[in-house]
Amino acid sequence: MERFRHLLQLVSAFVANCRLFITPSNPIYKGPLKHVCFPGLNCYSCPATPWACPLGALQSAFANLKANLAVGKINLGLYVLGSLGVVASLVGRMPCGWFCPFGLLQDILFRVRLPKVDLWRPLTWGRYPSLIFLVIILPIFLTDKFGFGQTWFCKYLCPAGTFEAGIPLLIMSPELRLAIGTLFYIKFTLLGLFIFWSMVTIRPFCRTLCPLGLILGLFNKVSWLRLRFHQNTCVDCHACELICPTGVFFATGRDDINSTKCIRCFRCYALCPGGAVTIEFSSIMKGELENIESCDCNQKQG
Amino acid sequence: MKSRIPLFIFIFCCLLTLSGIVLGEPGEVFQKAVAICLSCIGIG
Repeated sequence: MERFRHLLQLVSAFVANCRLFITPSNPIYKGPLKHVCFPGLNCYSCPATPWACPLGALQSAFANLKANLAVGKINLGLYVLGSLGVVASLVGRMPCGWFCPFGLLQDILFRVRLPKVDLWRPLTWGRYPSLIFLVIILPIFLTDKFGFGQTWFCKYLCPAGTFEAGIPLLIMSPELRLAIGTLFYIKFTLLGLFIFWSMVTIRPFCRTLCPLGLILGLFNKVSWLRLRFHQNTCVDCHACELICPTGVFFATGRDDINSTKCIRCFRCYALCPGGAVTIEFSSIMKGELENIESCDCNQKQG
Repeated sequence: MKSRIPLFIFIFCCLLTLSGIVLGEPGEVFQKAVAICLSCIGIG
């Protein structure tokens, strides 16, 4: 399953950046495909992508909210929120593990042979201020006199934007190099730090700052695709804790198996020797007791 | 006990998406998004 996931990650990165081998007259695609959000962190300013970044589009809608309302336009970002919700309500945070190009980059960087360091767990809470302040509150409320806000996360933090759009655009357009300011150097340094961090810690950006991952992850408990942990068949080997890329410790009861941190890579499902992890895909959630009882009945019948 | 919460959330999100499309959000959001791209990535 892990090989299939990596293959799908590669295919997805290619689909997300399918203009890579085209030499365009205008470096940024502005056609109809830009109206469709790619379910992963892939900058809409990247010269190679024809798709929109859901996070960038959402911030853009929020940043223009006041100005739009002032002229009587209703543009609440419902389309972006809804399309993200449709994906997340079906598969939860699975796009992070299977489709996100920036997730793939971090997975590749982690293969560099350097001493590895575990993530300090409290840092995972950084995703909440990142989403609440940089994506929602500041773009909506900190506006200029015309009512226009800024895309704070993209502008001041997003390393994917610097990597996929900032650097390629500067290479392609010499005139843009004249416009580089301090901010770009700060973001470039930030990207460098994340690249190094990804070599020693698995998926540091996804686990500490990614607001898109948090939005998708909030659906993990109520999505159609869910993981289920059967305590009665667990053999206490703790293999799931050793192989989980996002540090979801469900066997010891520390985390819920459908925690917002889980990127649905299904490594725990594939490696569990006792078969204590199962995958279910259903629009109906069954209660815990009912499921355990039916599981016991199946075992007795078997 | 069974709960149909996942189904309701899915339908609600579909309705949100359709509302956005009816309100003409896709075109407007992304034209603006593309227009401000340079400041988004820290250039300019």
